Amino acid sequence: MTRISRRTFVFAAVLTLGASPAFSQGLEDRLIIVTSFPKDLTAPFAGAFQKKYPGTKVEVQNRNTAAAIAFVRETQSNPPDIFWASAPDAFEVLKKSSLLQKYQPKAQGVASKIGSYPVNDPDGFYIGFAASGYGIMYNTRYMRANNLPAPKEWDDLKKPIYFGHVGISAPSRSGTTHLTVETILQGEGWDKGWATLLEVGGNLTQVSDRSFGVPDAVNSGQYGLGIVIDFFGLSAKASGFPVEFVYPTVTTIVPANVGIIAKSKNQKAAEAFVEFLLSDEGQQILLDPKIQRLPVKEAAYAKAPAGYPNPFKDAKLGARVKFNADVSEARYALLNSLYDRLITFRLKELNAAWKAIHDAEKKLGTGGSAEAKKLIAEARRLATAVPISEKEASDKAVAAAFRDLKKGEKAAGRQAEFEERWDSFAVKNYAEAKALAERAGSAK
Amino acid sequence: MTPPRSAFGGPTLPFQGRERGRLLARYNASPAQALALVFVALFLLAFLVVPLLRVIQIAFTGPDGAFSLVHFGDFFRTSLLRESFWNSIYVAGMTVLLASLIAVPLATILARYRFRGAALIHTLGVVPLVMPPFVGAVAMQLIYGRNGTINLLLMDWFGFRIPFMEGLNGVIFVEALHYFPFILLNLSASLANIDSAMEESAQNLGAHGFTLFSRIVFPLALPGYVAGAALVFVKVFDDLATPLLLNVNNMLAPQAYLKITSVGIADPMGYVISVIMIACSLGAMLLSALVLKGRDFAITQRGGGGLSRRSLGRWGTAAAAAFVIVALAVSLSPHIGIFLLSIGTVWSFAELPDAYTVQHYVTVYRESLPLISNTVLYCGLAGLIDIVLGATLAYVVLRTKLPGRRLVEQAAMSAVAIPGLVLGIGLLRTYYDFQIPFTGESLATFWFMLVIAYAVRRLPYALAAATAALQQLHVSLEEAAESLGAGKLRVLSRIVVPLMTGGLLAGFVTSFATAAVELSATLLLVARAPDAPLSYGIYVYMQSAAGRGPGAALGVIAVVVVAIATYAAFKIAERERGLKSREMF
Repeated sequence: MTRISRRTFVFAAVLTLGASPAFSQGLEDRLIIVTSFPKDLTAPFAGAFQKKYPGTKVEVQNRNTAAAIAFVRETQSNPPDIFWASAPDAFEVLKKSSLLQKYQPKAQGVASKIGSYPVNDPDGFYIGFAASGYGIMYNTRYMRANNLPAPKEWDDLKKPIYFGHVGISAPSRSGTTHLTVETILQGEGWDKGWATLLEVGGNLTQVSDRSFGVPDAVNSGQYGLGIVIDFFGLSAKASGFPVEFVYPTVTTIVPANVGIIAKSKNQKAAEAFVEFLLSDEGQQILLDPKIQRLPVKEAAYAKAPAGYPNPFKDAKLGARVKFNADVSEARYALLNSLYDRLITFRLKELNAAWKAIHDAEKKLGTGGSAEAKKLIAEARRLATAVPISEKEASDKAVAAAFRDLKKGEKAAGRQAEFEERWDSFAVKNYAEAKALAERAGSAK
Repeated sequence: MTPPRSAFGGPTLPFQGRERGRLLARYNASPAQALALVFVALFLLAFLVVPLLRVIQIAFTGPDGAFSLVHFGDFFRTSLLRESFWNSIYVAGMTVLLASLIAVPLATILARYRFRGAALIHTLGVVPLVMPPFVGAVAMQLIYGRNGTINLLLMDWFGFRIPFMEGLNGVIFVEALHYFPFILLNLSASLANIDSAMEESAQNLGAHGFTLFSRIVFPLALPGYVAGAALVFVKVFDDLATPLLLNVNNMLAPQAYLKITSVGIADPMGYVISVIMIACSLGAMLLSALVLKGRDFAITQRGGGGLSRRSLGRWGTAAAAAFVIVALAVSLSPHIGIFLLSIGTVWSFAELPDAYTVQHYVTVYRESLPLISNTVLYCGLAGLIDIVLGATLAYVVLRTKLPGRRLVEQAAMSAVAIPGLVLGIGLLRTYYDFQIPFTGESLATFWFMLVIAYAVRRLPYALAAATAALQQLHVSLEEAAESLGAGKLRVLSRIVVPLMTGGLLAGFVTSFATAAVELSATLLLVARAPDAPLSYGIYVYMQSAAGRGPGAALGVIAVVVVAIATYAAFKIAERERGLKSREMF
């Protein structure tokens, strides 16, 4: 029965194809897009594409990233055509499961790198069509009510004054936060980078499980500052919320991507859609105040409003750090898990340790005995320590514990074993750091 | 507690009626009953067990690809997960306590005293179950959050805050407000089934006031209370939305969710946690059955229409009204928040929105009509499927001794602990390659699959409600009808179903109300925007700052839809009850 109905279906499809105007342009009459982008972004693109190719009906399926990946994975017998999302990690997962196809875009004038981050997948399975920078978004009413100064740099977020006022999304939950964390680690080095992450971590009031949770909370004034991607801040401001957004001097640039799904039934329409995103017309749509993403074509900035961030002109946008994609890929899942063990799941303990350190340092001021200084130094060391060295983290056998094993491959252990070790490391260190700092405070 | 004996005297004997197959007779079942059990079992096998097993088999697969329990060992060796396990138990237990403190007095007041607008209060008592995704979370934070309305006012006036929304206690607070209707609904249904004659006899013997309540009324209504409390326990134990909203990660459900939905992590632990949650939920349900075991709650006399209603004195009325108003105001405050969001322009770090507008409703007007009709259609069908399956299963379980009936019941109950995403993936995996004849559409993304997903995940509510209702119904009523020559079907349609109306209604309302805001399976199974229900529309709006108002407007619409359906259901029940008591007189 299945075979008959499928044949009937194909037959019917061929009939309709022959009749539709899209056929005369060589496109199929349907295009199915799976996306995690908000409607504010998808609707203008889908509308403009359909206007250009009136014979092709665009069906946009909005799903969150997890559901989108699961959907593509489970529907291989009759897949959708386009996967359209920010998170490069989602594309990597699909690519590794052979669910994407290679495509070389024909569009001219697209930059190969924005800042130091390559726009396209080097293997050609997904294509960057826009970029975004990371920065700090803050609620101006909240800042005024709590007498907080506006931050300028990432390091500002370490300051005791911001204790309990900062939010971030977990790198394991947000591919773009992951890239930011990775960039900090590559820029500052593994140990120093983790020290920064953990010290900022001490000030965090929340590690959100979804990227949009952070701007949501800052918009409401639930907490004051959020580490977010630029358009979250810029579009909230454009919608009237009392928020501001700043790029720190060293910022990271992350791409937004599109890929054609393997065995797409509407191949030509899918290719046309990718080309449309990269066309001058498509790039122009990115400047829409509700979208506010950075075009990957320099020419598109000609019509941008004054003050629109331009990574081609503004050297501070993402240029400082040389991003090594291979290093990033090798430790991708491990890094997510490590951040969750050290920060996300032990936030209360980390907060308590840093609160004690801040209090002790404030009490001692510039003075204090050598003994107290030693205690504080030791507390800081404990509260910024990381349980695994950079070398180990990039070790193949260790990394293998965090992904599906290939046949005959050996891992250095199970994920759960590593996680338990890191968790007890964190709990023990934070408790000791807290105790030492408290002793330093009373030692004076 | 001495439960009433059958009016026909003595413990009842299984009815030995017409000739039946010898085997079936041993199981005290008719062929139709056996067939019904097989049908329910097949439904569950097809849409729950097989899809579920296809996803969670990874939990039982070792690193070498063979069957292994090594991951379960890892679960108990991981301190974070052990801690999460105890936290979940603690939160679920405390929530039952707090929810009971709200629901038991509310149900008693409603059942006992003459109240104008009782149906309205019942309806408002169900609304807390309807917490639209994302919008509900934002509204909760804006009202109870660290810088929500209440804390901003407290800071202004008194200079301190109350951490409503922090830590495990915050989860308990929010969960109790959210899920107390489970107890309210089931307890109310039970109370309505108690005959006033019971009460009068007790009064004649000198019992009144608290003694009357604690010795007669509450014990007789115990099946309803236990059903509700068990549901609250299990639901809270498995609930994901609230811990995520409060950012409490060290509980089982968020741990499972974070593992399963993290991109690119092939960790079986998420599924291991799911299996453990299912096992715990079944354990809790079994425990609740043990509480009722060996006791008889069935009443033969019918038609008194529940407890005798009294008028309260002036002070009594004032006190009861004050309790009802405070309880409803607190539990509905998130919904007031959603409403304010839907008519506000910008609401940020302030007690109330900056200004008001109807623009958001205008925005959603065009696209929301199909969303509403889809939601009513899907959730209505799912609710109907649930009460049919739930009542059938409850009947077979309680009235026959067919082998395997308990197993089917437990399979149905396990659905309460299954994350929507897991069921969604399972259904896609199992049914995507089945095509619907002629259209060529896949069965998995056909809209009816959403109905099935909702029905499967909400079946435990209807099953619990139907079981409680049937436990109060004495088998001698059915036997009497049969001995007077009524066939099984006639007994069912004239005696059993009418007398279970209240419980079935409670089951329908809970299924409908909670399905109306289901998101996780919906996000996976909706393939075409025109087929989407309200919750999908809310998700789409809540992806951007500008969509908050329209998203809230859709949330209000979802609440109103559920409220109308619930109100209609209660009105029908009231009329039924009125008819029944008149027939008797």
